[in-house]
Amino acid sequence: MPLVNFPAGVGVVAPVGSSHLAASPWYVTIIYLAAAALFVLSLKWLNSHKTARRGVKAGEIGMIAAILATLFLPEVRHYNWILAAGIVGAAIGALLALLTPMTAVPQQTALSHAFGALAAALVGTAEYFAHYPHLSPVTSGSIAFETLLGYLTFTGSLVAAGKLQEVLPTRPIGYKFQNPINLSVLAAAVVCGVLMVVAPRHEMVFPIFIGLSLLFGVLLIIPIGGGDMPTVIALLNSYAGLSASAMGFVVNNKLLIIAGALEGSSGFILSMIMCKAMNRSFLNVLFGQAKIEKAAKADDIYGGKIKSVTAEEVAAILDGARRVVIVPGYGLAVAQAQHATGELFELLDSRGVQVEFAIHPVAGRMPGHMNVLLAEADIPYDRLKEMDQINSQFEDVDVVIVNGANDVVNSDARDNPNSPIAGMPILNVDKARTVVVIKRSLSPGFAGIPNPLFAKDNCLLFFSDGKKATMAIIQALKEL
Amino acid sequence: MGATLESNLFVFVLAAFLGYEVVRRVSPQLHTPLMSLTNAISAISVVGAVTLAGAGHGEVLLIILGTIAMACAMINVVGGFMITDRMLKMFKKRKEK
Repeated sequence: MPLVNFPAGVGVVAPVGSSHLAASPWYVTIIYLAAAALFVLSLKWLNSHKTARRGVKAGEIGMIAAILATLFLPEVRHYNWILAAGIVGAAIGALLALLTPMTAVPQQTALSHAFGALAAALVGTAEYFAHYPHLSPVTSGSIAFETLLGYLTFTGSLVAAGKLQEVLPTRPIGYKFQNPINLSVLAAAVVCGVLMVVAPRHEMVFPIFIGLSLLFGVLLIIPIGGGDMPTVIALLNSYAGLSASAMGFVVNNKLLIIAGALEGSSGFILSMIMCKAMNRSFLNVLFGQAKIEKAAKADDIYGGKIKSVTAEEVAAILDGARRVVIVPGYGLAVAQAQHATGELFELLDSRGVQVEFAIHPVAGRMPGHMNVLLAEADIPYDRLKEMDQINSQFEDVDVVIVNGANDVVNSDARDNPNSPIAGMPILNVDKARTVVVIKRSLSPGFAGIPNPLFAKDNCLLFFSDGKKATMAIIQALKEL
Repeated sequence: MGATLESNLFVFVLAAFLGYEVVRRVSPQLHTPLMSLTNAISAISVVGAVTLAGAGHGEVLLIILGTIAMACAMINVVGGFMITDRMLKMFKKRKEK
């Protein structure tokens, strides 16, 4: 069925709910089915370090097979644009993948959500104009979903990437009537989407719908601050998948529906995990920024109780330690301290010290970010411990070194029911014999509240940059 | 409800649950590669872009939209798989001494 794809202007009514891919030759269908199976296997193999790279291979094979099969579809007749765009896209993708430093993986991920979502949105837009004005309610409804999610994820991810790269301010940006404005924009977009289904002949509805979707993406992410980025990136991950899935409904391709649904549920699970790790709800992360509560005065908590140490003193404490736990946070990534930390690990390990890393789920700017950075520094992955694995063991730990983390070790979350972060699960580092906190100053973390841990008897502060401090400790240890 | 929409909805819901079960078992250590891998996989939307960009009889607007979409999706396909592999390569067990 050659011409069904673009009946615009020909006066042919597209058959309801059917499109070009419905009539794929049998071998294309079989290849698509195999690709879907490979995609599922790909994610399944990611559940273990041993099989993870095989998972990537499976995904790649599925992807290449599906693209090749598509090139053989009868309606694909001209290859020059496909080839040109394919080469340009592949080159940009390869450069991004090879040149992105591991500390910048969150913004690279945000950018790639933006590209994926834009691709889905543009295809949706093209499908709309191809069928206009003869759109079945199912097709226009699916296009509405696809383009709404696609365009809002596109601008939202660009804003997120800008904040992560610090091109845009990372602090939450609030203004008056923020939530009413955001919700009205969303409501207006939904009204346009409904109009597209019930009154498909209105010419201006779709362009307005696109504009509102783009605007909503910006408005949704602008108020969100750096510390909430893990949740937001996971959420955008989910939206990018759902827009690809909606595209599957538009062009009637089940492979798209499956692949999109896999990413949709993966992003959803990750954002749930992030919310749980902050003891907050989705709605609170997305719409709760406006009210920043007045926290206790820092002076009341810290006054006269802060003990600062030098590298030599830290080295002396580490000299007698048998078990050391390092707690990395976003500050470690900012200071590019992962390799110095790896060196410290090697040094302590060679002296017979048991060294582990305690990783809070929301440490860093995206789920799992700290693990990637520490793996880059050649730290074996069996030394990276999740919060639940290590939290009961801090009593047996001689020294904890907190590098670049703050809110995730704030004892107020556990001890003070009136704290703004009360109930957020934390790493119980204060149970260890000695805690050394590497920090540039006493400035508060993302939550904007002081941390009573710093004033505890067993806590020492090493005021320095994360990388310089770690190197100074290594130097001092070698000179012992 | 058309038969096509019905079967598509079944596929969507089942795939979402399957995804939930499979992803739930992924170690938190690998959550960053997980995100880049799922993003690369959902860039399968490239097949929609191929049919637009390769349609000989189509209108110019559609070919332009399809070509841009194709480039964007390919950035995701190639970039996503490559950076996932680059990250996974770094996860090592204890070196033998």
